[in-house]
Amino acid sequence: MRKLLPLLALCLPLMAWGQEDDKLMYGNGKIYVVVAVIAVIFVGLALYLVLLDRKITKLENEK
Amino acid sequence: MKGSIYKVLGLVLVAYSLIYGLLSPVPDLPILEESIRNLFYHVSMWFAMMAMMAGSFWNAVDFLGTDELKKDRRSTSLAEMGLVFSLFGLITGMIWAKFTWGAWWTNDPKLNGTAITILIYLTYFVLRLSIDDVRKKARISAVYNIFAFVMMIVFIGILPRLTDSLHPGNGGNPGFNSYDLDNKLRLVFYPAVIGWILIGTWIASLRYRLKALQE
Repeated sequence: MRKLLPLLALCLPLMAWGQEDDKLMYGNGKIYVVVAVIAVIFVGLALYLVLLDRKITKLENEK
Repeated sequence: MKGSIYKVLGLVLVAYSLIYGLLSPVPDLPILEESIRNLFYHVSMWFAMMAMMAGSFWNAVDFLGTDELKKDRRSTSLAEMGLVFSLFGLITGMIWAKFTWGAWWTNDPKLNGTAITILIYLTYFVLRLSIDDVRKKARISAVYNIFAFVMMIVFIGILPRLTDSLHPGNGGNPGFNSYDLDNKLRLVFYPAVIGWILIGTWIASLRYRLKALQE
């Protein structure tokens, strides 16, 4: 669970983003909303990969 | 840390292509319209798949020459990742086809060719599961891998070019290069291809290291 905290922390700035009246996210067909969603998913998967890599490295060192 | 540079580069390039691919200006094309952006996502899956299979083929040949089992592990790990990319390519291609060609599946030689290629590579994994002896498994599957790679080139690279095809660059259709892959598209497409190949190599290396740990 502790390892998931950075993932949750990632969402915080986005929540703050939603609170203010941000012209960028509301204007122009709202494509930036989609961009933000895709970015969050990708960052999450990237972090997952990094953590997996670290875990395997740890296993290798133990052996 | 030095070995991680390609991983970071892969992540950066893919992140760039995912995000800028949605925002970049694209040429105004009939029927395709905004869906031309799928070039960045769908087509790069196939390029990454070909790169994974080429790497798998290379390691299979290398294994037959050196008889080192780590080459065999590397070869299968890359083929696994190639299979993942090909399934992504197939599914995303079906979605794109539905909304531009009007059907989920057409009898386009490239579609059938990729379907056969996927079956050939699935057989590769079934073949590996059917042999218990590690060395025998490695040797037979390496030979089969060479066959599978050649078949992939034939089914994806050669046959679709000889007959009528809906895909650009095949069957007398002009390729993306000649008319609509303008520089704006290249600016996203090439980084996407390189990025996915790097991430694919990374994930394959994780599978490879896991296999080595399990031995």
